[in-house]
Amino acid sequence: MAKGLQLDHLRITLNGRLLVNLHETVAPGEVLSVMGPSGSGKSTLLSVMIGKPDEGFDVKGRVTLDGDDLTGLGPQARRIGLLFQDDLLFPHLTVGENLAFALPAAVKGRAVRQARIDAALEAADLGGFAGRDPATLSGGQRARVALMRCLLSAPRALLLDEPFSRLDADLRRQMREFVLARVRAEGIPAILVTHDLEDALAAGGMVISPLGEIRQTEGSA
Amino acid sequence: MRLSWLPLAPLLTITILLLPVGAGLAGVLAPAFGWFPALGGTSLSLAPWRALFAWPGLSGAVWLSIATGLGATLVSLAITVMICAAWQGTRAFGLIERALAPLLSVPHAAAAFGLAFLIAPSGWISRALSPWATGWDQPPDLLITQDPNGLALMAGLVVKEVPFLLLMTLAALGQVPARRSVLLTQTMGYGRMAGWVLTVFPRLYPQIRLPVYAVLAYSCSVIDVALILGPTRPSTLAVQVLEWLSDPDLSLRFQAAAGALLQLALVMGLLLLWRAGEYAAARLGCTCVQMGHRMAQDSIMRAFSMVLALVAALAVGLGILGLAVWSVAGFWSFPNLLPDQFTWRNWARQSGGLSRIAIETAVIGVASVLISLALTIACLEAEYRHRLRQTNRVLWLLYLPLIVPQATFLIGLQTLAIGSGLTGMQGAVIAAHVVFVLPYVFLSLSDPWRAWDARQGLVAASLGAGQGRILWQVRLPMLLRPVLVAAAVGFAVSVGQYLPTLLIGMGRVTTLTTEAVALSSGGDRRLIGVYALSQTMMPLVVFALALALPALLFRNRRGVLDRG
Amino acid sequence: MLTKLTATAALLLGFCTPVLADSANPKDWDDVLEQARGQTVYWNAWGGDPRTNDYIAWAGEQVQAKFGVTLEHVKLSDTATAVSTVISEKAAGQTAGGSIDLIWINGANFAAMKENDLLFGPWAEDLPNWSLVDPQENPALVEDFTVPVEGLEAPWSMARVVFYYDSARVSEPPRTMLDFLDWTQANPGRFTYPQPPDFLGSTFLKQALLELVTDRTALYAPVTEANYEAVTTPLWEYIEALTPGLWREGKAYPQNGPAQRQLMADGEIDIAISFSPGEASAAIANFELPDTVRSMVLEGGTIGNASFLAIPFNANAKAGAMVVADYLMSVEAQLHKQDAAVMGTPTVLSMGKLTPEDAARFAALDLGIATLSPADLGPALPEPHPSWMERIAADWEARFGVAR
Repeated sequence: MAKGLQLDHLRITLNGRLLVNLHETVAPGEVLSVMGPSGSGKSTLLSVMIGKPDEGFDVKGRVTLDGDDLTGLGPQARRIGLLFQDDLLFPHLTVGENLAFALPAAVKGRAVRQARIDAALEAADLGGFAGRDPATLSGGQRARVALMRCLLSAPRALLLDEPFSRLDADLRRQMREFVLARVRAEGIPAILVTHDLEDALAAGGMVISPLGEIRQTEGSA
Repeated sequence: MRLSWLPLAPLLTITILLLPVGAGLAGVLAPAFGWFPALGGTSLSLAPWRALFAWPGLSGAVWLSIATGLGATLVSLAITVMICAAWQGTRAFGLIERALAPLLSVPHAAAAFGLAFLIAPSGWISRALSPWATGWDQPPDLLITQDPNGLALMAGLVVKEVPFLLLMTLAALGQVPARRSVLLTQTMGYGRMAGWVLTVFPRLYPQIRLPVYAVLAYSCSVIDVALILGPTRPSTLAVQVLEWLSDPDLSLRFQAAAGALLQLALVMGLLLLWRAGEYAAARLGCTCVQMGHRMAQDSIMRAFSMVLALVAALAVGLGILGLAVWSVAGFWSFPNLLPDQFTWRNWARQSGGLSRIAIETAVIGVASVLISLALTIACLEAEYRHRLRQTNRVLWLLYLPLIVPQATFLIGLQTLAIGSGLTGMQGAVIAAHVVFVLPYVFLSLSDPWRAWDARQGLVAASLGAGQGRILWQVRLPMLLRPVLVAAAVGFAVSVGQYLPTLLIGMGRVTTLTTEAVALSSGGDRRLIGVYALSQTMMPLVVFALALALPALLFRNRRGVLDRG
Repeated sequence: MLTKLTATAALLLGFCTPVLADSANPKDWDDVLEQARGQTVYWNAWGGDPRTNDYIAWAGEQVQAKFGVTLEHVKLSDTATAVSTVISEKAAGQTAGGSIDLIWINGANFAAMKENDLLFGPWAEDLPNWSLVDPQENPALVEDFTVPVEGLEAPWSMARVVFYYDSARVSEPPRTMLDFLDWTQANPGRFTYPQPPDFLGSTFLKQALLELVTDRTALYAPVTEANYEAVTTPLWEYIEALTPGLWREGKAYPQNGPAQRQLMADGEIDIAISFSPGEASAAIANFELPDTVRSMVLEGGTIGNASFLAIPFNANAKAGAMVVADYLMSVEAQLHKQDAAVMGTPTVLSMGKLTPEDAARFAALDLGIATLSPADLGPALPEPHPSWMERIAADWEARFGVAR
């Protein structure tokens, strides 16, 4: 069975209008960039991928992950991590608790769990931030916590929904590098959805429109 | 599926609410057409209607009910809109927000008693000015309360409905980018108020429409406030219906049933009229926009709206203060500003029963609020998880108990309850309270619940959290404040229930309100003061908890409270 | 009206004869006491007067100690609520185990409940303490608003129309209804009466009617179409003349006795009508009225009646209810009640039927500063037939109660 995330003849239509038409495989550690202007079906693709399609969409084809068919599974069962442009940290939990929320229950033992959380914070240059209120963090810090939270849940793939668009230019570059490094380090396939060519190119993978038109092949940038 | 019952929650909730209302309506429909075997009515006839229309006071009572309903609602809405338009986003608005909870805690009847004592010719205002300014040694013979046009009654309703509408408006404002819209219009040269009314209000109104309808129906069919402040020759239709129901001449009960149905028709008619008015107002607004008048000079209007807000708050606040003074008063003659003697006797005499009754009130209130909260959250979760848009549309039925006048269906409901052998039990009273508490809980909670950023749930799910975990660990904690505020509103509603408690509890279940109304029929302001204060304190404590608890729990989580 | 016809028909057909379906038989008093022990009696009584509430609580302690009966006071704002409850229970087919065991009832509600077969009995005349009352001396005990009581209710208190006035403001109170006319013209806005059909307001109309009619006999039979007009014309002429001099020129009225008392306390009016000779003293003691208030009666006598207790047909604890009613008629309970510091209401007992020692205890009671002695109360006039009250209250409403 092929490793990675496969969009197997995925066709999504709304009232007869074709929005998404993709047949691609994203290998572990690779990033596929889906680029297009707003309204082009990027968010529809995302909602189908995470298992919460909006009403009225007609979905043909399937999504498989490491060979497993995801059709019919809800977001809980898919184990696809999500990053939005907003960090969406839970405001009622501390930074550490946000991370603990994501850490699977299978990781047992208070000390073990705490160690995992501390290590994740350390990796994001946020050592000692576990007890902090997320509202007191800077934008860049919050974005890094959000990524670490996502990765701690041990996702088998990653969906990135314009994750850098809220950050200013400097931070944006740093964050982009940080995320791509983590993706490669974890060895999981990722799909980046964006309307920004620079972000798409920087991901280093293939750039494609929701309808499957290739904008840029892998590595040709 | 573990939670497979959840999609049924809206249906279950609607049934729980509509069954009593339907049964109650059937119970009043039959006697209105002459059928009531227990009183010898065993054939259908129009005699009750003929008797009703032969009553000489009918047209007066009907007009009075219409005028009060429309007048109180229009004025309350206008004041609410003016306050928001003039002051939203300012520090003064923050003060107004903080005054809401105490104002909402005061039961209608207590506020009405307080207001009556303020404005009567022998009331506090007159005492404060006499005799040094007015020369009055005895109260002047002026018709202020119980005036034939119902102005005092309307005032009594307005001072209580404005805080309610403000609370509902505040909840809805969370979903409208009001400050930015107003700022935008201001840069185009519009006055602050004009900008708000023209750009924010049209988006806001659909969200507060149901509360406005509830206010309209309530104002048109209110009983306790009308008894205290309303005219008596004739009184409003609802009061008259209750009088017929309590007349020793049992045959008047048929006429009362017909009157109760007429009251229902009246409310329905007013709602239709109001709906038509909404269209007219929308057209007027559009015309205004077309003309492009900036109405930039609104400082006088802004000041005026603040005066209105102050007067409304003071009317309730000073009224309750007046009752508090009465509760420790010995003899208190005109024109003395304070009692001639003070005494704790009024409290001491009641203290024994008071604590027992307060506990029963709290038990009933907490139980009915918990049930209502559970059903409300189940409905909203079902809507969120299963996208039950269709049932969502029939959820307006939840508000039926607020729109159908209580007197119309409670008597029939009592017969049903007796038939099922459920009366006189605390459980039955709690169930009856749920019918009235749930709509308010739903009204308060649905907006913030729906406004919650669903991506938070998506993120949690993608982190592996199940629906239950998302609800308990993410959504409820984040929405703790609106949940508690909804609970507090529901608790205040439960504490204020009189007719349902009395009729279903058969007098064996006593709450502060049944006790207060029974004692206030004795007209002693000292006792009214004792009970009005107790009645106010309970919801006030709950409101305070609802505001303090999240602030305490999340004192180091700025992000939660900023959103709430 | 439809029901009235049906109810009358039921009466004629004899449906109304009360049946002692229950095992509680007052003729076997020992058995009643036996059954009553351990019962809980739900007494539905107006709860607007703290002194009455305290008295009921006291009586509850007594019957608990003496007879093992638990007395629960269900406080009502209106007796009609209890009547509604019994009707609803009947409508729902609940003919036993009802929620009300004892009702403090007034004449009009009694007439209606009797007419509609909603009462248990007869039982009252079988109570042991019935031997202490004298219906011959006090006919109000067996005729409630001219409706024969027939043992369906037991008296527990006497009521009399009195007026109370503030002697600091009124030196010479009016002594007849016609005096009131002159007095209100001289002192406009300083007198009113509760708005009929309120019980007390209707009583004011009846009191006026009794003084103004030439022949009172018509009032003690049901009203007829033939005589109504002629009998009541003087009353309406009188009220017409009185109204402009009333409080608020008759544009508003207090809704009941307590509201009227509050007007007195606020100094808005100077004279008020009452159905309880002890009310003024009680209100002074309760800080509700200034201690310059005094009571008075009209020349020619005022209306008097008795307050009764009835048991609904479906009461759950009939034996217990009878034990409570009997206790309330005892010397001990009546003496406590007539004490001005407790309630100050006149006893139903006949002094002639008591032992000399008991009679002396009644004579020694302090009546209170504003309460008239039995001698000063003067003659009691019996209540007219209830149909008169219904007609004049409705007529008043049409003439004065609807302004528009």
